[in-house]
Formats: sequence, structure tokens, C-alpha cells
Amino acid sequence: MSKPIAVNGDTAIAMAWKQINPDVVAAYPITPQTIIVEAYSDYVADGLVDTEYICAESEHSALSICVGSSAAGARVATATASAGLAFMWEMLYVSASMRTPIVMAVANRTLSGPINIHCDHSDAMGARDSGWLQIFGENVQEAYDNTLMAFRIAENMKVRLPIMTCLDGFIITHALERFEPLEDEKAKAFVGPYQPVRPLLDVKSPTTYGPIAMPEYYYEIKYQLVTAMANAMDVARQVMAEYGELTGRRYDLVEGYRTEDAEYLMVAMGSTAGTVRFVVDQLRAEGKKVGAVKVRLFRPFPTEDLVALLRGKKAVAVLDRAMSPGTGAPLYMDVVEAASRIGSPPRISNYIYGLGGRDIMPEQLSSVFGEIIEGRGERVNYLGVRK
Amino acid sequence: MADEGSSSLPLGGMIIEPGNSRRYRTGEWRSQRPEVDKEKCTNCLTCWIYCPDNSVLVENEKMMGFKYSHCKGCGICANQCPAKAITMREEGVE
Repeated sequence: MSKPIAVNGDTAIAMAWKQINPDVVAAYPITPQTIIVEAYSDYVADGLVDTEYICAESEHSALSICVGSSAAGARVATATASAGLAFMWEMLYVSASMRTPIVMAVANRTLSGPINIHCDHSDAMGARDSGWLQIFGENVQEAYDNTLMAFRIAENMKVRLPIMTCLDGFIITHALERFEPLEDEKAKAFVGPYQPVRPLLDVKSPTTYGPIAMPEYYYEIKYQLVTAMANAMDVARQVMAEYGELTGRRYDLVEGYRTEDAEYLMVAMGSTAGTVRFVVDQLRAEGKKVGAVKVRLFRPFPTEDLVALLRGKKAVAVLDRAMSPGTGAPLYMDVVEAASRIGSPPRISNYIYGLGGRDIMPEQLSSVFGEIIEGRGERVNYLGVRK
Repeated sequence: MADEGSSSLPLGGMIIEPGNSRRYRTGEWRSQRPEVDKEKCTNCLTCWIYCPDNSVLVENEKMMGFKYSHCKGCGICANQCPAKAITMREEGVE
């Protein structure tokens, strides 16, 4: 049996990578991700892994190296956050369209400005249309578990897309928590050996990666991402089921909590999902019919799963740890789109919270439930902002 | 216009057949085409040396015209020709 240990989220991800032993890790350090690549470079220096570890001079270069390595036939991992992810912008789209199944930890940190190192999801949300899969964890255990599952989902032959394993900066990356890693052999067996597709180093089957595609072909190449994303939904479901059998930790694309007889729901991603369940328990004790929904897989967005959870509810609050100045935030938009498929959809409001690492407290979430129960609240609300 | 559907193209548009750029008719990009006046041409082959797309046809060391399937109409041949034997003409104009 594996033993529970206490580590922070970044270290847990480095431990998962160590078990998987990718062929190449190319990275550039940035808070709050730095511990991941720092810990991993220790494993390399200590000879515990045989990964080719490449210190790039920037995130743009780091992801470029990952793309080249993946095309060459390597299993590749990297990590970034905030401005680092933004600096990868060009290569995010290239890596997705070139179908390089890179696994990248994103230690969610806000984007400047004002410059700020703390948590929100604005970095990952900016990359939501790039063609990367995005999976969010709630705590250290999930950051680790999502990492092992991420390799399986991304590398599946029906998917072959890069994936971001997102974890809340500082809240998960730096907080010490008890978690249970798998035994090395179990983790290795679950992830399995890497299967490259037409690697560049196979000189008997010469291949050109990433050629130009003019108007006659560009659209069709892009449409391949749509097909791969649709496949990823089923693959993610299967991988999560298999991981549940192995570990007893049952995950799903979207997870409902006390939703069955609930009339009011709160939807969240990342570490706040736990706070929402805590508040749901408190309000349930007062007899209020409330429930929580955690979105684990954000890209592809599990619309049908959301529809099943939202059907018949009176009102829903969607918590977004990011903003889209001038309209509602990304998670809200996707939830509203899902609800539009329901005959009499619930009233849905958006609550922006926690920007730049602002704490989110249980009392605030209780008052949000109070607002949606009473039918108050704007379409888009800025929780706790001093106007 | 190409006719392959998204699902029949290799992943990410990778090219898995070496040398298939021969079938890519870059001549379709051309807005002006070079035309040679063989009365003035001295067969010095300066055009053949300069052509970046290997589109000057040569037989027995004689300049024989252009390979219009690949000539992009850049006009370098006309610019370099010491005998002023090459003229650039608008495509689609008689």
C-alpha cells in the first residue's frame, strides 16, 4: 500500500513526473510553478530519472523545445504560470495544431497588470481556445491524480492533444497537504509506455511536421481539433473510470455534490470547489436545498453533463476566478450555453471572485446562495470588490 | 481547390510523402507572367541562374521558355536579362 505523505502541490506534480520519467522536460521557472521544475531538476541531477532536462531562455523557447521534442518522438512535460503562459501564446496554438501531446502543469496565477503573483484563472482562461485540453484540480491529491490521468488522455491515439493540468497558485502549489501517491510501479503501469506517431527521428518514414497550410487546407486541419476534442470527452471519462478502479478515488468530468434534490446550485473550478461544498453542508443543515458542482474538465467542456445537472433547478451561481471586462466570464458563458438547451432553464448569474489572490470566504458564498435564492443579483456580479 | 476532408488528412497536416511539393502548383499564385522574345534572347542563361523557383526551361543549353505550373511571377528573370528579352505581362489580360 502507498503511504500518505505531506507535500505541496508543486512537489506532488514533480513526484508524478518522476514516476512517469518523461523523455524531455524543457522549462523556464516562474512563480508559483518554480518548485515543480526545481524539484524535477533535483531528480535529474540525482540520477533518479533519465529525462533530458533543458533549461530554456524563455517560456516561448521552452514550449518550442517541447514541440520539437514531441515531434521527434519524445514524451514531454513542462510547467508554467501567468506571464509565462502568455509568453507561450504563439506556441500554444502551434503545439495543439501539430498534435503534440505535451503535458503542462499550469500553476494558475493572474496576469499583469497590476503585477501580482497570486492565484486566479486568467492565465488558463486566456488559453481556452488554443486547442489544449484543460483539467483543473481542487487540492494536492487531485493535482497529482490529474497529472497521471493527463498523460493517458493527451496521448490517446484518438486525442493526441496537449493538456494543461491546472492547479491554483499558492493555494495548492505551495500549501502542504496530506496526499497518497501511487506506488511507482502502479503509476508507471497506469500511464504505460509512450507511443509516438511518425516521429521525426524515424528516418525510414520521413515526415514534415507543421508545414504551411493555405486557405485550401487550414480550415480542415483546424477542424481536426474539433474531432479530437469530441473524442477526448469519452477518453477522459474512460481514463477517470479506470483510475477510480485503481485508486478508489472516483473522478468525473463534472462532479455534483448534494445536487439531486437541490433547487439552487453553485458551480466552481479549482480549490474553491471545496469551500463551496463546505458552505452547501452548512446551508443544508439549515434546511436550504442547495448543491455544488465542480467542473474538472474545462476543455473540452462537458456540456451534456452540465445539462443533466442543471435541469429542473431554480437558480445557479457560476463562480469565475477570471473576468472578461465588458461581458460575463468564460465558465459562466459555457454554463449558460449548456443551460440554453433546457426547456425552462434556471436563472444563472455570474460571480467574479478571488482575482489576484483575493481570499474567498465561506460567508461570502453563503450570501451568494442567499442572493440567488431570493432572486436578487445582477447578471454579472463582482464579489467583494470595493466599488 | 483541394477536396480531401479533415478526417482523411494526416494529423496536424503533417506531410508523410517525401517530395510531394512537386504537386503543389505555385504558378497559381502568379499575377504577372514572364514572356520571352526569342529574337532578342542570346541564350546566356542568366535567367536560369537567377530563377529562385527553377522555372526556366533549358534544353541543349538553350533557353526554351518557362514552367508556368511553378513560376510565381516574381520578375527577377526580366529584371536580370542583359538582352531585355523578357517582359512581365498581366495575367488574365490579352
